[in-house]
Amino acid sequence: MKALRLLLPLAVFAILVVFLWVGLSRDPREVPSPLIGKPAPEFRLPQLHAMDKQLSTSEMKGQVWLLNVWASWCVSCRIEHPLLVELARTKVVPVIGLNYKDKNDLGIAWLQRYGDPYSISIVDADGRVGIDWGVYGVPETFVVDKSGMIRYKHIGPLTTEALERKILPLVRELQNA
Amino acid sequence: MKARHRRFAWIGAGVAVLGVAVALVLNAFQSNLVFFFTPTQVAQKEAPQGRPFRIGGLVEEGSLKRTPNSVDVTFVVTDTAQRVPVVYSGLLPDLFKEGKGVVAQGSLGSDGKFRATEVLAKHDENYMPPEAAHAIDQAQKGQGVSLSTLKESP
Amino acid sequence: MIPELGHFALILALLVAIAQGVLPMIGAQRRDAALMAIARPAAHAQFLLVAFAFGCLAWSFATADFSVELVAQHANSQLPLHYRLAATWGSHEGSLLLWVLMLTGWATAVSLRSRNLPAALLARVLAVMGLVSVGFLLFLLFTSNPFLRLIPAAPEGRDLNPLLQDPGMVIHPPMLYMGYVGFSVAFAFSIAALLGGKLDATWARWSRPWTTAAWSFLSIGIALGSWWAYYELGWGGWWFWDPVENASFMPWLIGTALLHSLAVTEKRGTFKSWTVLLAIIAFSLSLLGTFLVRSGVLTSVHAFATDPTRGVFILVFLAIVIGGSLTLYAVRAGAVGGGAGFAPVSRESLLLANNVLLVVACASVLLGTLYPLFLDALNLGKISVGPPYFDAVFVPLMAPLVFLMGVGPVASWRRAELPDLWTRLRWALAVAVVTSLLLPFALGRWSPLIAFGLFLALWVIAATAALVIQRLRQSPQPGLFAKLAANSAAWYGMILAHLGIAVFIIGVTLVKGYEIEQNLTMTPGQTVRVGDYDFTFRGVTPVNGPNYSGFAGAIEMRRDGKLREVLRPEKRIYNASGMPMTEAAIDTGFFGDRYVSLGEPVSEKGHEGAWVMRVYIKPFVDWIWGGCLLMALGGFIAMTDRRYRLKVKDRIAAMAGAAA
Repeated sequence: MKALRLLLPLAVFAILVVFLWVGLSRDPREVPSPLIGKPAPEFRLPQLHAMDKQLSTSEMKGQVWLLNVWASWCVSCRIEHPLLVELARTKVVPVIGLNYKDKNDLGIAWLQRYGDPYSISIVDADGRVGIDWGVYGVPETFVVDKSGMIRYKHIGPLTTEALERKILPLVRELQNA
Repeated sequence: MKARHRRFAWIGAGVAVLGVAVALVLNAFQSNLVFFFTPTQVAQKEAPQGRPFRIGGLVEEGSLKRTPNSVDVTFVVTDTAQRVPVVYSGLLPDLFKEGKGVVAQGSLGSDGKFRATEVLAKHDENYMPPEAAHAIDQAQKGQGVSLSTLKESP
Repeated sequence: MIPELGHFALILALLVAIAQGVLPMIGAQRRDAALMAIARPAAHAQFLLVAFAFGCLAWSFATADFSVELVAQHANSQLPLHYRLAATWGSHEGSLLLWVLMLTGWATAVSLRSRNLPAALLARVLAVMGLVSVGFLLFLLFTSNPFLRLIPAAPEGRDLNPLLQDPGMVIHPPMLYMGYVGFSVAFAFSIAALLGGKLDATWARWSRPWTTAAWSFLSIGIALGSWWAYYELGWGGWWFWDPVENASFMPWLIGTALLHSLAVTEKRGTFKSWTVLLAIIAFSLSLLGTFLVRSGVLTSVHAFATDPTRGVFILVFLAIVIGGSLTLYAVRAGAVGGGAGFAPVSRESLLLANNVLLVVACASVLLGTLYPLFLDALNLGKISVGPPYFDAVFVPLMAPLVFLMGVGPVASWRRAELPDLWTRLRWALAVAVVTSLLLPFALGRWSPLIAFGLFLALWVIAATAALVIQRLRQSPQPGLFAKLAANSAAWYGMILAHLGIAVFIIGVTLVKGYEIEQNLTMTPGQTVRVGDYDFTFRGVTPVNGPNYSGFAGAIEMRRDGKLREVLRPEKRIYNASGMPMTEAAIDTGFFGDRYVSLGEPVSEKGHEGAWVMRVYIKPFVDWIWGGCLLMALGGFIAMTDRRYRLKVKDRIAAMAGAAA
């Protein structure tokens, strides 16, 4: 009886920790993607800053690249954006920006305001390519290898941790392969 | 009074205090929990009428209207899928802007307009109220799913 | 170069902290004097190293060194020097460094002020504090290094959040942290006592002044935060039951319970294991507060760090520290033993009631704060628990507590007689009842809640006055001064702190009962009557500050036709962040404030036309913070009590004398 009473605070605390742990580790990004390990879906899209020019998947063959899906209406994109700008400055890997379901002038203004980390920005105004790529929510970031295979997908805003622990090591590995 | 009896009296008193406290808490919980609904949920009539709740999302661009020379404002909260018109009388927080996240507390009128009693202020411009972010994420998810099912059907 | 030195000093501090945490602990178990003796110099060295690191960071801020990432993110060359210095702790990393600085400062203070402590106890206390410090230093170095370089350096920094550019916010965090971290001393004393198995009245006497000090700082810190929210947020509210506010309030509630429980343990030797548990909980809640604020688990208006890695680290740290100490408690507290018995009506039982009520109140706050998180974790939806819940639960719990506060100090230890209490307090009760029933009429409006609030406050004042008068009458010394001098500082501190509660309650009751709030639009030249005052809007003029620009309104405030004050509320836009800010204009007075804040222009004429404005009359609002200051002052006075400074030898002699 007495021992139980003394254990009570510990028990209450243990329950609390479990809840806090669950609260912390609840990560909506854990959605498996059926596209990983499959060839990246083909696209041929106009470029944001020069709508008469186009970019297609085949032009990216032979190098490792990232596809970042974003939109000016997307709030979380603003959170990850400084990281992308920093990544672009290191010139480790080209990042293609997919401007998803957005208006061109808004997208351009957004890049002017927050910085443009993209080697090339392409426009997916009706979201068709997004559907092909299985875009679930914005932002998302794909890693594509030299042969045009999707190797990794990050759902939600990028974090320093995801970039340093997962994406950049993978990029380096793929580049050396 | 014997020591044992006294002990029981103590325990009894302790239980009584705890009981009162628990009753208070439960009672207050019943009446004061404020649930959160996204504009999509409001559009699907999931939100209660008359009872206060919170709504979150983005303030739609171009939707903010003031009644001249009064403190009444109207604006539209959207999660990019559905829109809910909001009526508010009072000063808007400093960081209230069109195109930015907002959380409002109030209740839904029979005319479908949300009467806000409080528009919540946030301290940082880059900071998105988590409820608002949640609403938009939900709406985006919903769209993604419905679009991909559409694509598979033909 | 300077930031690298600071970083290096932090690494050294970590090594010293490990030594301080481990060696004296082993020494105390083995009764090895040499190992135990390491504790004191290690604590000093660690303090100096952390202070040096803090100085380096402050230097980087003062010189606006934008090659340091933290500086670039939180300061700007336009930011005035004093706010650049304050920006040192305006960020997550900097505030944690401040936390560690406080912790090592407290440890050093303990080592300097406790020369009479038994060597083993001191060694264990400092070792426990060293171990806590190890955790925080690891956290700093691995997840939140404040000295990270930004290469290439930024040409210009982002600004400090404009809301934090304010004198209140400059001293609020240090005070709050002094309180939070101060509970680590009581915690360390408790752990040391559990480890050593020696838990008695002397132990309580040793840890009491430290707890009182921490509690006083925490009171000031919370009051400052509340005051800041009042004048800086432009909403005129002084407490929002926001998770971050709750995070600082919960340790205060438990700390208050601990203060009273320590008094019983010191005087009567009872409540021992309960006191230890409260000390553990008070510090645990301080840690939990850090966790809640810093990890972003509960995102609220204040949370400026949202990084799950940090959250996981703090949670693991929390699990080790709190889980470890509660396990130790479960194993060892049984051996502590009970103390002297007491009657159902006695000061002990009243203090027990105080403790139960405070702990239950704290639990209800904790529940309200964490409940939304629980629901979210279980995927049951998103909810928020607002002020109505806290008001509905908190007030009914505090009312009996405040009532008993009047009785407690009058009741005698062990056994008190109800008829005697009645004789001693009946006049106080009569005065409180009559005055509180009549006073609201004089103030303008009678309502049961106002009368009840006033009754509680007046009851505390009257009962305290009765206590003082009776005490002075009974003391044998001739002459008033000798009678006054015969009472201890601790007693006067208690009186003052209790009066502080009364002043606080008066403030809350009257501001809730009689405040007037109006949102209105005013065109230049227009006059509006709010309460007894006429406010005339004289338009706005542009203003330019060092790092902002905006508009200042001019509002003439008249009473009975006589000009009392020209209020100048501002609307600012900060250059670096583009953030708009409302600076309210407040005419502060002993009997209340007149508060005007500027909304935005609402006519086609832009800023020359009509503006939305908020005009408040806040009677007695400053009494709220005045009451908190009185409480803190009471705490500081109680700390100076002579018996905390007696040498052990004298005390043993005194005890022997008492026993004989």
